[in-house]
Amino acid sequence: MLDTAFFYAFALLVLGGALLTITQRNAVHSAIWLIVSLIGVAGLFLLQKAEFLFAVQIILYVGGIMVLFLFVIMLVNLDEAARERQFRGRWWVALGCLALVAAETAYFVIKGRDAFRFAPRPETPASPLGNTEQLADVLFSTYLLPFELASVLLLVAIVGSVVMAKKRI
Amino acid sequence: MHPVTPSHYLALSVALLLIGTAGVLVRRNLVIVLMSLELILNAVNINLVTFSQYYQHTHGQIFAIFVITVAVAEAALGLGILIALFRNKPTVQADEIDLLKW
Repeated sequence: MLDTAFFYAFALLVLGGALLTITQRNAVHSAIWLIVSLIGVAGLFLLQKAEFLFAVQIILYVGGIMVLFLFVIMLVNLDEAARERQFRGRWWVALGCLALVAAETAYFVIKGRDAFRFAPRPETPASPLGNTEQLADVLFSTYLLPFELASVLLLVAIVGSVVMAKKRI
Repeated sequence: MHPVTPSHYLALSVALLLIGTAGVLVRRNLVIVLMSLELILNAVNINLVTFSQYYQHTHGQIFAIFVITVAVAEAALGLGILIALFRNKPTVQADEIDLLKW
């Protein structure tokens, strides 16, 4: 009951924030609405008992990526861009295609309602470990190689962004 | 009120994905296009966590962590490219950056 109320509240945050993100004229306002949307997503993670991802979402997205965006907005002069036309010339074509995709998805989901069923949930006993411990167990055993590769990816990203942003190497 | 099922989360995820795609396709400001990309990746994460929770299987959440990692790398690199681009041609409008157009 309370879960349902919270779900709809967070869904409102997510979708409202997303819609305002892509319609604002000022990029700083966009960034602030993006924060609202990302906090909504974090709330949905918490609602689904993914506490670790909730913390990661808040720290990394709301704390990290948004600061990055705000820094770039500061470096790049956006005052001129805010005065210009905001949408591309043929935006209605893009929106029409998206509406088509949405209508198609909705049509097939409604039409195939009986076939649209999830596989039965396995009857696993609830683990005594917390969410973070469970994640760590899997991440550092089964997914050890991808984990290390992710660190290489981040290293490449750090070096790459410095090379990109620097005037002369 | 009805209890929330995975289908609710999936519908929300589809809606967020469509909004993010609309932002990428329609906006001219490159900074906002990059923000829309974050929205798309978040829609994917909602999906992954939903199934992870439904099947009581943590692998979906591990995948979401990797998606977040890639999103961070993408944001850092994308904004770096944006700054490099801005130095060569002082505009952030996606359709005015046509240096490679013949």
